[in-house]
Amino acid sequence: MLLIPCPFCGEREEDEFVFGGDAKRERPTDPTSTSTEQWVDYVYNSNNTKGESLEWWWHAQGCTKWFRITRNTVTHAITPESDR
Amino acid sequence: MQRYSIFSLARNALTGHKNWQQVWRSPSPKKEYDVVIIGGGGHGLGAAWYLARDHGITNVAVVEKGWLGGGNTGRNTMTVRSNFLREASVPFHEKSLDLYHELAKDLNYNLMVSERGMITFIQSSAVNRVQMQMANTMHIYGAKYRMMGLDEVRRRVPIFDPPDDMRLPIHGAIHQPRASMVRHDAVAWGFARAADARGVDILQQTEVTGIARENGGVTGVQTNRGFIKAKKVAMAVAGHGSVVADMAGIRLPIVTQPLQAWVSEPIKPVLNEIIVIRSYHGTYLMQSDKGEIVIGQGADPYPSYAQRGTIPIIEDATAAVLEVFPSFERLKLLRHWAGMLDMTFDGSPIISKTDVKGFYVDVAGSGGFKTTPAAAKTFAHLIANDEPHVLTGELGLDRFHSGRLVPEGGVSANH
Ligand SMILES: Cc1cc2nc3c(=O)[nH]c(=O)nc-3n(C[C@H](O)[C@H](O)[C@H](O)COP(=O)(O)OP(=O)(O)OC[C@H]3O[C@@H](n4cnc5c(N)ncnc54)[C@H](O)[C@@H]3O)c2cc1C
Ligand SMILES: [Zn+2]
Repeated sequence: MLLIPCPFCGEREEDEFVFGGDAKRERPTDPTSTSTEQWVDYVYNSNNTKGESLEWWWHAQGCTKWFRITRNTVTHAITPESDR
Repeated sequence: MQRYSIFSLARNALTGHKNWQQVWRSPSPKKEYDVVIIGGGGHGLGAAWYLARDHGITNVAVVEKGWLGGGNTGRNTMTVRSNFLREASVPFHEKSLDLYHELAKDLNYNLMVSERGMITFIQSSAVNRVQMQMANTMHIYGAKYRMMGLDEVRRRVPIFDPPDDMRLPIHGAIHQPRASMVRHDAVAWGFARAADARGVDILQQTEVTGIARENGGVTGVQTNRGFIKAKKVAMAVAGHGSVVADMAGIRLPIVTQPLQAWVSEPIKPVLNEIIVIRSYHGTYLMQSDKGEIVIGQGADPYPSYAQRGTIPIIEDATAAVLEVFPSFERLKLLRHWAGMLDMTFDGSPIISKTDVKGFYVDVAGSGGFKTTPAAAKTFAHLIANDEPHVLTGELGLDRFHSGRLVPEGGVSANH
């Protein structure tokens, strides 16, 4: 069971949250100069990081805030964004 | 290869079981192979065997960082079935079931195929609609998938005893008679033994740490036991797809998520069919040949390489099982474990060439034990011919470029 630090509510059990994805993905800014390859890479391919990963989480069953944490996908150690 | 039969068993029993041969060799790596396969699970070992048997390519190594089948092949819940939705999926999974039914003979190894049948409960009109659509696609390919009334469910599953005030009442079920359970370790060991007998080198405790390339093509793999030259390199490393593909500079459309299973203490036979409680998080259960009640569910809800699962999943699925089978309440759980799935974005496997010449990927996806023989056979075809097998023409990486996805996620369960 992960204890996830919500910046507003503090540490809460993981089933109050929804995983919101890799926070390092960047949407191409200018559609006109973006190639199909770049779109495909953005839409489908993932970093799928083994190790420290910057992530979005949503406190859906709590204050409903969206926030980012760094989570190690091997050890599950979590660092709140504010500590970085 | 020393053949196994009732006579070899009797002969060896009479001589005190002292003359059994080693099942496969443990050779040192050669300097060069025609094909190096990364990953000693069912997919990798099977591909090696099919390369040798169907294509005459025997200068092959299977490189495994741990022990054979120690990845997901030895961790899954042994269910093989073909109830899928799309025209690109059903014949592929049907082929796999066909192969499972004949493999024990081809490999001279008992895979303990047990045709239990699978019963999926229908608890909502949405599930009913999707299952009917599945049945229609399956019927086109000759796969039997039929509705089952509650009276038949009760007859086949006497311990089925849901409460009258169930939140999502069970209205009926759908049945795939040919869904089976297959002994997972035996699949890895059977392929390994038969591949070894055809000259394939199986290199355990050998981890690939890099993939060498020149002029856009592969030249070999770096391992903890030195560099191994290779004309072709093929990966089948469920749970580590992104990590290994990254060594060749390839990005994949996958996310690695844990999948868990847990089993009760063994009890006398009470449950023949594999049961799926679809509307409760895809919970499923069956009774193993050893008598344990085996329980599983969908993948954990966030990515992880930790190879251990999260507790709410166990609570959810166990609660679902107890609602439908209250008599299991007094069972004790014995063991629990997790493996890692490389979940693809459309829920279908990937068997594909890549932009690196001579580098091939097999991503088992969410439930790749059932696909093992078909994936191995078609992967071997792809490696040998540099062209996809007809059954996997639509399962390549190019589908993410063309937009011709094969959506099975959210429809089919993980097991
Ligand atoms: C709990 C659980 C239940 C499941 N239940 C079912 C089910 O009922 N039915 C079903 O169809 N599927 C099921 N699955 C999925 C199924 O187990 C897998 O999809 C399938 O076993 C994948 O086989 P594979 O040979 O591709 O991979 P694996 O068996 O995982 O083999 C990959 C191998 O690659 C090795 N490897 C990784 N990196 C390297 C490297 N760098 N160098 C060398 N070797 C490396 C690993 O050590 C591993 O042994 C389940 C999975 C889990 C975890
Ligand atoms: Zn909060």
